[in-house]
Amino acid sequence: MAGDLWEGRIVIVGASLAGLRAAETLREEGFTGSLTVVGDEPYPPYDRPPLSKQVLLGQAAADATGLPMRRDPDAQWRLGVRATGLDPPGKRVLLADGESLPYDRVLIATGTRARPWPNEREAALDGVFTLRTRDDAAGLAERLAAGPRRVLVIGGGFTGSEIASACRERGIEVTVAERGPAPLVGALGGTLSKLAVGLHRAHGVDLRCGVTVTALRGNGQFTGADLSDGSRVDADVCVVAMGAVRNTEWLVDCGLAAGPRGVACDAGCRAFNMYGIVTDDVFVAGDVARFPHPLFGYQMLSLEHWGNAVAQAQVAAHNMVNPGPRRRPHLAVPTFWSSQFGLNIKSVGVPVFSDQVVIAQGSLDERRLAMVYGYQGRVTAAVTVDMAKSLEYYQSLIETAAPFPPGPGAADGRPLLTEFTLPSDVPDPKELSHGPTVALTGYLPDRRLTVVRPTG
Amino acid sequence: MAVDTLLERITDYANRPDPYPLYAELREAGVARQRDGRYLVGTYHDIAALLHDPRISADPRSRGQSEEQRQPPFLRLDDPEHHRLRTLAMRPFGPPHSPDRIDGMRGEIARIAEELIEALQDREQVDVVDDFAYPLPVTVICRLLGVPREDEPLFREWSDAIVSSADVRPQEEESTERETAGEQARAQMGRYLLDLAEQRRGHPADDMLSAFVNEPDPAMRLTREELAQTAVLLLIAGHETTVNLITNGVLTLLRHPDQLDRLRREPGLLPNAVEELLRYEPPVHMRERIPLADVDVAGTTIPKGTPLVLALASGNRDPRRFHDPEQFDPTRPDNQHLGFGSGIHLCYGAPLARIEAQIALGALIPRIGTAQLLQDPPPYRRNAMLRGPRHLSIEL
Repeated sequence: MAGDLWEGRIVIVGASLAGLRAAETLREEGFTGSLTVVGDEPYPPYDRPPLSKQVLLGQAAADATGLPMRRDPDAQWRLGVRATGLDPPGKRVLLADGESLPYDRVLIATGTRARPWPNEREAALDGVFTLRTRDDAAGLAERLAAGPRRVLVIGGGFTGSEIASACRERGIEVTVAERGPAPLVGALGGTLSKLAVGLHRAHGVDLRCGVTVTALRGNGQFTGADLSDGSRVDADVCVVAMGAVRNTEWLVDCGLAAGPRGVACDAGCRAFNMYGIVTDDVFVAGDVARFPHPLFGYQMLSLEHWGNAVAQAQVAAHNMVNPGPRRRPHLAVPTFWSSQFGLNIKSVGVPVFSDQVVIAQGSLDERRLAMVYGYQGRVTAAVTVDMAKSLEYYQSLIETAAPFPPGPGAADGRPLLTEFTLPSDVPDPKELSHGPTVALTGYLPDRRLTVVRPTG
Repeated sequence: MAVDTLLERITDYANRPDPYPLYAELREAGVARQRDGRYLVGTYHDIAALLHDPRISADPRSRGQSEEQRQPPFLRLDDPEHHRLRTLAMRPFGPPHSPDRIDGMRGEIARIAEELIEALQDREQVDVVDDFAYPLPVTVICRLLGVPREDEPLFREWSDAIVSSADVRPQEEESTERETAGEQARAQMGRYLLDLAEQRRGHPADDMLSAFVNEPDPAMRLTREELAQTAVLLLIAGHETTVNLITNGVLTLLRHPDQLDRLRREPGLLPNAVEELLRYEPPVHMRERIPLADVDVAGTTIPKGTPLVLALASGNRDPRRFHDPEQFDPTRPDNQHLGFGSGIHLCYGAPLARIEAQIALGALIPRIGTAQLLQDPPPYRRNAMLRGPRHLSIEL
């Protein structure tokens, strides 16, 4: 039985970071069967973090972002062809070109795409971009290099903020429109979002919060946008940075627990079917996965993180070729980073899984700090701004469910201001232009409520 | 926990040539309380965790002993003061303000290395330390800081006294005499460097002392005292450690002729080989830290204020972190060694040390293919913390 797992046919759907790392891991683990990787983009796997940073700054070309291969995964690459369906009983992946790929085990790693501007005609205006793919970045970088008078960024999440930062670094005027009260508030909560406001303003970003963009204007060429407060922004380029949509449409009606929040799976990356029964031949990894994490109340997490794509792909691949007792759980503590406006922001844990925060080191004034997040009296996350060297310590607090607020004694001479815990102020993502990069897609244990609506 | 004598044995000069079996013993013991009350830590993960723990102080004044001490250089300061001074010191040295400074010295370092090697042409017997590994980084740091090379005999004496006073040794042996000599040398070297800096005020040359003293932004200026402390730190750290790295490199390669041969054939492996040297024979073996709160290390509670000695060189040989750690493997992957420390005090000069070691060994390797060690183990310097041979005689 065990021997069979190292043979047979494996299909990986998704040829980005998670798909590549899974393919490499399968071969490292000794898989000798046939391996096929399907990707809808025509390019071999490439790295996305530089697309909103070095590529927009003109420091790297969009086509120079190819991911290094740690080993030759000896796979058949089906690039430039979209998977259109999954047939679990027939064990086949259906492709857009009409072909179908039979499999013994399949890995779903289709990730996310940029949420498009809802009005298709406006979205098609020349000068309106989203930023997710290599082609998106190449097109946007070219426009920025041409020196537009103003760029409008819709959405103040990490992507939107990094785009705004790149524009300012290139000396381009930029307006950021955010429906919520501040940039980054969806991912980092109220206190750090105030720091983000200060950063945008200090770098000359025209930041508009609490407004929505009601229409994009232009006749063929984008010329500006109307805002809900009645004002108008004249700009040559618009970047729609309103978060991500999970690529699960191709799985509709296939019987898996797949939907707008992702594909639900267990801690071993095995997909659930629509009855909540775990499958044993369909695995999930990367941005499209939704998985339970014991450190965060067994909440189903969806993470749009580079590090998670790598770690989860490795666990999924290991479990695809190992029998039950040797399987591993995906328990990595989520981490992510962003660089914007000259600052390095790093996060560990799940900041949105919190009710209180405390500044453990540094200060908002210095723009150099470590903020610790707690939920019901234990540490659940930490975010550092230009202070990443402390992150490992806070990760150990999260992993050991250490009490919140953490004990005193930071060496920076500022004893922990534990008496000054603040509400974490994580808003409902529905109120934001940008989605959080970590979504809790289950329920909080203290919010198991039933609302009885009056009839009539 | 039993009181232990490991620190005494590690610092015993008789064990300088090979402290590694003692480190293995230390890793077995976990956290070892020493006779003088300090705790010795030798496992990779515990050391790495402590170096990233904001409750751990690098400042010797955190022991809470009453005597008033002067503010140490940023190497032994905590944030936010450490961060401020290190950032100011970094401005003329590395990114973001001077991203090309060190890389731009490659040609010059290579020239210095070639000159030193040329002088050895007709010699059959060479002392790697005195003829090459010491003069190379000294010349480089002098050029970088703006210190006259011919003053070397002057500052070598101060440097010896300062380094000796900063060594890790069991506390019973700690002599106030050595401390006083170190303090005096520090003050003298500080005055000497301040004088040099003053001469450049208004007449900047392309060196770091000029940059410090001519900084236009008043908020970015070091005070006289800070400039003296920082310049002393950079001059000493700039050569006392690199000499060990280069010498340990030659010694290790001559002990592993197969690897020496391989590096001659594949010079592209050199950067990786230098990382492996930093793991296998690091120039800095120990650092001292002081917890500001009771901390738990490997199941032992270390009371606040109790000094910890972190044996970086032991962490580098920890089998729970490195596969086959006693093997010198220049192709080793995933080599996140503690050779430059870790955390906020991660070696300031690491980029320079890397380039110096790569160029120095790269220039030397083609010449020492058939060289013989005349004495193995070689005689070592007294210092246990900055461990390295005092001489390394080889026959070419």
